[in-house]
Order: sequence, then structure tokens, then C-alpha cells
Amino acid sequence: MSQINTQSGAAIANDAVLIDPVEVARARAKRRDRVLQWLLPLIIFAIAIFLWDQLCVWNEIPSYILPRPGLVWNTLVTDWGLLSFSLLNTLKITFLSLALAIGGGVGLAVLFTVSRRVEMSLFPFAIILQVTPIVAVFPLINIYVDDQTAKLLLCAWIVAFFPILSNTTLGLNSVDHNLRDLYRLYGASRWQTLWHLQLPAAMPFFLGGLKIAGGLALIGAVVAEFVAGAAGQSSGLASRIIEAGYRLNAPRLFAALLLISVTGILIFFATSLISHLILRKWHESALKREI
Amino acid sequence: MNQSPLISLNGITKSFSNGTVALRDMAMDVQQGEFVSLLGPSGCGKSTALRIIAGLAPATTGTVSWGDTSDSSVADSSHDVSFVFQEPTLMPWATVFGNVFLPLKLKGQSKAAAREAVMEALALVGLEQFENSYPRELSGGMKMRVSIARALVTRPRLLLMDEPFAALDEITRFKLNNDLLELWQRFNWTVIFVTHSVFESVYLSNRIVVMAARPGRVVDDMAVDAPYPRDESFRTSDIYSQHCREVSAALHKAMDSYQPGTAA
Ligand SMILES: Nc1ncnc2c1ncn2[C@@H]1O[C@H](COP(=O)(O)OP(=O)(O)O)[C@@H](O)[C@H]1O
Ligand SMILES: [Mg+2]
Repeated sequence: MSQINTQSGAAIANDAVLIDPVEVARARAKRRDRVLQWLLPLIIFAIAIFLWDQLCVWNEIPSYILPRPGLVWNTLVTDWGLLSFSLLNTLKITFLSLALAIGGGVGLAVLFTVSRRVEMSLFPFAIILQVTPIVAVFPLINIYVDDQTAKLLLCAWIVAFFPILSNTTLGLNSVDHNLRDLYRLYGASRWQTLWHLQLPAAMPFFLGGLKIAGGLALIGAVVAEFVAGAAGQSSGLASRIIEAGYRLNAPRLFAALLLISVTGILIFFATSLISHLILRKWHESALKREI
Repeated sequence: MNQSPLISLNGITKSFSNGTVALRDMAMDVQQGEFVSLLGPSGCGKSTALRIIAGLAPATTGTVSWGDTSDSSVADSSHDVSFVFQEPTLMPWATVFGNVFLPLKLKGQSKAAAREAVMEALALVGLEQFENSYPRELSGGMKMRVSIARALVTRPRLLLMDEPFAALDEITRFKLNNDLLELWQRFNWTVIFVTHSVFESVYLSNRIVVMAARPGRVVDDMAVDAPYPRDESFRTSDIYSQHCREVSAALHKAMDSYQPGTAA
């Protein structure tokens, strides 16, 4: 008994010695990569800011042309009341239009799978809406729609809804044929097939569309306000930028720009996180491969 | 077995819109409790025949009639047919439990009410500890077991299997063959099993229906009169190899007799 124990102990010890050096190196490289993935961009970012700052100092660039990073930060803090109010307005338009894009895109996609005829009739118009540059259409919207919020919402919605519509439509139609047959065999109703089979199968496609649409909703909200802001009173971040441009208030312009950019990054991370949380249990895209 | 057959195919012909005649004049009776293999080269209409029996595709001409008179007019789910495909065909977003529960869910049962039946089906294929796993966490053989459990959970009168083990490695395939035979004997099911393997068909079936392609048709109908239970020792027995030879010969004769351009 004791002999067997020592033998198996020796075997384990042997195994411990027999660790593949290539595999160890690979594991170490992977850990290092995980750190570098965050560290490298941060270092580059810090260097860029430092160079920006030094550029202003070396060349004695006046702050109304290129403000130093510290000044932008101070402006962000001192103008926070004004800027945060504008930020909230931009966020409101962005998220409302994204919500409408999700509702409209998914709703229309479901309608398309229920009726091929509806798809044939309406899909071309969705494409027309998508390929016509929104900046060119906006003056028309500006004339016909009075309410400022409705105007911006419509514009951002037009930009954001197409990726959701087209991705979800594709997803709803990409159901495994055998699974579809199985549902038929067990007498599933159209509603059951939609709810239990097509919608889950479309989920990865929808989430892919959502990631694109999130960014587009922000772009739509800012672009709409740019075009509208030139025409009238408006309160989002884009109008702060226009206003600051007129007044040669470069620090505030940079501060507003910073806020838009951070918003975009956060939207991207949020949609990626949602996608990961929903798909991590079952989808290949969320699978971590060992080798 | 001289009672009326569980199902009979009468003069089933299936032609597709592109002119392919997938099946010509197929006739076949299957008795309650039989294990019948449809054996033939790929493209001879085996899958088409199964789909027609399951009511998933209509025949161009001919009828599928069911032994019981009560609902012979309907050609679909009311007949308690289950289908096992070549791929496991599981929903990746559902757990093992969810996948096996599916047929009962579609019939309107609640999860609680179906729980016992689902767990029993999982136990039959030896996967009761995996109820909460997702398909991607399972091996190919385990996924196929889930697929079989899903087919069993409705206690079907007829089990249709379309090359269910063709994509598995040989060791797993042999194991699943044995498990399937054991379940079949225990529950007295009726099975129509599609395969292109002579060995598999001889090992499993009471009866082998040999088919040929272009056009798809039945060329032979052979009994395998070896007793059950069969186990691995059957694979090395004389009677097994003798049947394999006969079935192989029938299959080759059917394929050689095919002349391009002549309508059979
Ligand atoms: N939907 C279809 N449209 C046209 N031809 C088909 C279709 N399904 C099957 N076929 C043809 O019918 C023949 C029989 O197919 P199938 O039943 O799948 O054969 P098997 O399962 O024996 O390999 C093949 O020649 C195949 O190409
Ligand atoms: Mg086939």
C-alpha cells in the first residue's frame, strides 16, 4: 500500500517536472499580453498628452488656437454646469433614438419574417433611407418638423436603425433548417417558432447590430444638432462646440469634444458588455480557446 | 407479426422542381416493434423517404398510411413521430434540459410538469448529471445522446433516425449502437434507421431495406434473423459476417445494374 502511494507520488512528481517549457512560455506570454493590452494604449496616450502639452509650450501657441491639456481639464471643471447640461441633452437624444431604433428595427425585422411580401415592399425603402447621407436630408426635416427634440430624434433614428434591422432580419432567417423541421414536427405555432427559435437564433446578429447602432446613434445625435444648431437654438454638446468655435473659446471646444468622445467609448464598452453577458454561455464568439 | 402494419408506404414517388426523381414507387410496410434500416448510397432518397414519413415533406404521388384508423388522414405530429438528424441539431442557447424539454414545451407542458419525463429521458441516455450544461460543453457523442433523449421524451410510436451516428468516431458509434438496441428492446419501439453502413445496418436491424439511386428506389428487402440481445460478440460471429456479405452483395448488384441514361 505504502509502496503504491510512493509510486503514485513519484509519478506526480514526475508529472510536475515534465511541464512542457513551450506551454509554460505560452501561458506567460498570454498573461503578459493581457497586461500589455491595457498598458500600451495608456502609455501611448500619456506620451501624446505630454507631447501636446510640450508642443504648446515650445511653440508658444496661444490657448485660443491650441489649449494645453491642463487648461482643457480646468475648463471642463469650471464649465461643468453648462457642459453637463449639454451632455445630458445629447445623451437623451442618443439613448432615446437608440431605443427607438431597437424597437423599430427589431419590430420591422419580425414583420419581415412573418410576411415575405412586407419585406419585399419595405426593405428597399429602408436601404434608400440608409444610403442617403443624413446631412443632405436634414434641412428637409428641419423645415417639416417643428419640435427640436423630435427633429434630432428622427435624424439619429434614421442613422441608427438600419444596422439593427438588417442584422436582425439576417439572424431571424439564419435558423438551422433541421431545427426548423423539428419545430414543425412537434407542431409548433408560428408564435412559438418565432419566440423560442428565431429570436434566440437572431440574438448574436442583433447584438452585432446593436454595437454598430450605439455608435451611430451618438453620431446621428451630434450631426443632427450640428445642422440644426446652425439654424437655431439648441442645447446639446454639438451646439457648445459650434458656439465655442464662433467665440474662439478653444478650451471649451476641446472639453466638449472630450465629452463626446468619452460618451462614444462608454457606449461601445456598454454594448460590448451586454453582448458578452448574453452570449457568454452559449455562443462561439464568446468562447475562450485554450490552445 | 400478422397484425396490420404500423405504417405502410404505398407507391411513394417524389420528384423535385429541378427534375430530380428522389424516390420512385417506393412501397414498404413497417410492423409495430420492428427495427428497419434503410441502406443505400448517398443520394438514393433515404432522407427524402424519412421526411415524407415524418410529414415534413409531401409525396408527389402515393400515400403513407398509419395502422390505426383513428387519425390516418393527418400526416404530421399527431402520429407521435420523433426524428433524430445526422447532426445533433441542438439549440445552443438552451441547456441540455431545455433541449430535451422542447417537444413537451411545444405541446404546452409547463417545466415543472415535464421535469420528471425530461429527467427520465436524460437518465435513459446516461446524462442526468448534465442537465444544466450547454451543448458546446459536450462531446459529439454526448450531444447525440441529448438529441436521442429529446426524441424519446415524447414516447413516440415511431422513431426516425437519419444517419444519426455517421459523424461520430467508431468507438463512440459502437457504444451508441449498443445503447440504442438496449433501449429499443426495453421499450418495444418501432425504429426506421437510415444508414450507408452495411455493418451498422446488419448489427442493428431486424430487416434491411436496400435502396439504389437515380431514381431512388427499393431494390431488396432482407431479414436479419439473428436473435437479440446482440452485443460486441455478435460483431465477430459467423452469422454477422454472412449477413454483411449478403447485404453487401445486394447493394453492389443494385449499383452495378444502374445504366446511365436508362430509365429504371
Ligand atoms: N430540396 C431538394 N431539391 C432538389 N433535389 C433534392 C432536394 N432534396 C434532395 N434532393 C435530391 O434528391 C436525391 C435524394 O436525396 P436524399 O433523400 O437526401 O438522399 P440520401 O439521404 O439517400 O443521401 C438527391 O439526388 C438529392 O440531390
Ligand atoms: Mg441523407
